[in-house]
Amino acid sequence: MQLHPGQTAPAFALCDLAGLPHPFPAAAGAAGGAAASPDAGPAAAASAETVAATAPPPALDLLVFWKHNCATCELALPLVARLDRALAAAGLRVRGVAQSAPADTTAFAARHGLSFAQLDDSACLVSADYAIEVVPTFVLADASGTVLAAFEGWVRADFDALVARAAEHLGVPTPALVAPADGVPDFRPGCGSRTFDPDVARALEERRARTVLRARRIEVGDLDDAIELFFAKGLTDGLPIVPPTEGRVMRMLAATGRHPQEVVAVVPPNLVPVTVEKVAINAVMAGCKPEYLPVVLASVEAACEERFNLHGVVATTYFPAPLIIVNGPVRNRIGMNAGHNALGQGNRANATIGRALPLVIRNVGGGRPGEIDKCTLGHPGKYTYCFAENEEANPWQPLHVERGFRVEDSTVTLFAAEAPRAVMDQASRSARSLCESLGRAIASVMHPKLHGFVDAILVLAPEHVQKCVADGWGKAEIRRAIQEVTARPLRELLPDERCAEGIPPKVLGFAGEVPAAMLDVPIPKFRSDEQLTIVVAGSDAGMFSAIIGGWVAGELGSQMVTRKIAER
Amino acid sequence: MGSAGVDRIVLDPTDERVPIRRVPAPRRAALRGVVGLLDIRKPRGDVFLDRLERHLQERAGVEVLRYTKPTFTRPAPIDLRREIATKCDFVIEALAD
Repeated sequence: MQLHPGQTAPAFALCDLAGLPHPFPAAAGAAGGAAASPDAGPAAAASAETVAATAPPPALDLLVFWKHNCATCELALPLVARLDRALAAAGLRVRGVAQSAPADTTAFAARHGLSFAQLDDSACLVSADYAIEVVPTFVLADASGTVLAAFEGWVRADFDALVARAAEHLGVPTPALVAPADGVPDFRPGCGSRTFDPDVARALEERRARTVLRARRIEVGDLDDAIELFFAKGLTDGLPIVPPTEGRVMRMLAATGRHPQEVVAVVPPNLVPVTVEKVAINAVMAGCKPEYLPVVLASVEAACEERFNLHGVVATTYFPAPLIIVNGPVRNRIGMNAGHNALGQGNRANATIGRALPLVIRNVGGGRPGEIDKCTLGHPGKYTYCFAENEEANPWQPLHVERGFRVEDSTVTLFAAEAPRAVMDQASRSARSLCESLGRAIASVMHPKLHGFVDAILVLAPEHVQKCVADGWGKAEIRRAIQEVTARPLRELLPDERCAEGIPPKVLGFAGEVPAAMLDVPIPKFRSDEQLTIVVAGSDAGMFSAIIGGWVAGELGSQMVTRKIAER
Repeated sequence: MGSAGVDRIVLDPTDERVPIRRVPAPRRAALRGVVGLLDIRKPRGDVFLDRLERHLQERAGVEVLRYTKPTFTRPAPIDLRREIATKCDFVIEALAD
């Protein structure tokens, strides 16, 4: 309960069980007619007489929120009835705000001889407005709706104080309502409000959704299946989706402080502004839990940065899919996998965050295979491609720190990535030998003769990391060794009779033949350190690492983008 | 599905835009005027376009203007598209490889 004395209680109108409307707060002296009540006690009548000569009696409302299957309500409501009988004549209007079904409310009221009106709040709309958490909850308010006293559960001292406050306000003596023989306890905790019952909570959420959500509603016919409907409308990636109902989308949105209609990014290829709400809808479809939403939002922002060139990543005939690497505390907070099978299946966060981004690109951006997405072959990562760095097994700087963020920041790093390929080296006992293996494998990314065209990520598993650490190597030494291992004389990389693919002399700035003096210049695989990213992932056992090749490197193609995740 | 009524309403995950129907420019009966040749920067696109330019000039006697995209990985800049649309009666785009 949020209400405290001095605050204004929300206004409402509910009907009693006979169907008569009861507004709250009622205008002073308008309802109840308590002052003229024929059965008013002598004290109240005397008090009323003195006031009635000049003004109508001061109005006072007591609302008691309750439900029938609550032992504390069984204890408290008969005492509320005594209060009603004692002060109704003086102007106190007691009303029960009953959360139970009308039949249960009627039976309960009859069993306990409740003399005051019961208002039907079985839909719990008013209870929700009042943020009722516990029943019974007592709210005493004056004619303007200002709260004079409020408490929840059964607290004898609070009840006595409320009775005294009511009597004082009405200008009558405080009635004695509870006798020692009643055996009323000083304290008894209340029960949970029905607003928390799953069916009620869901209905309330759906109702709120109608005012918050702007997306077009699609009605699924009684004989239709929402999952099949999404397939039929071309709104899935080929796997079934979770139907984005209003309730699910509302729960998703609750995980971010951002306004549902805030524009997150402009999504290629159709350059469509995407709102937080639309991202949330696609995240629901992907199977995300609400706590993943900030990661998905950051992924969408990163993917839509100019440097990432999402239009090209989607439209190219080459392989790339947007790979998401997650760093920082969020990894463990939402249960991401950076260990066993980190690049594989089985973890909901990895799987569904990685799936949500391509769904946004498809459904909002219009990047559908065979249309703007002209990929020749593609790869399984186009369904979902997301993992967390194993920072705990990384003795060096984690990826996000290397890219300028603080270690306590959580980030996503986006890379236009082909599928991972395996490198086995179970025999090396030195970092140099291991890097010989890694270098030879990485030289084939895109094409063995294309050096300087592509970037790549080396995903080192912990056992390979340990081999490097044992020799005192860091990322700089590994990169240097790989550049040495991959370096080939230019003559081997030029197009020739044996293999027409290779570095075109024009790209190197030569209009015709490459000068003879240049032919033996060694050219490493990567133009710069930035073209080879090193991250750590995988389980403790296994002397394997993975290479993830990129697409066209640098400004002409797609550049790696890291973005901080905005968490509440 | 047989689920509860509240599940019968789902939300549209798309941009909800109504596609704009565009009508292609009227086709010309004869090859006359200015032909734009757009190289998207794929390897050997220029080889193809050089040959095409020669043919167009020798056989059709039309004026040819050559254009190049900065990179094949991105859409043509809007200024380039406008220039081609303003100056040319026809455009031929060499895709690639």
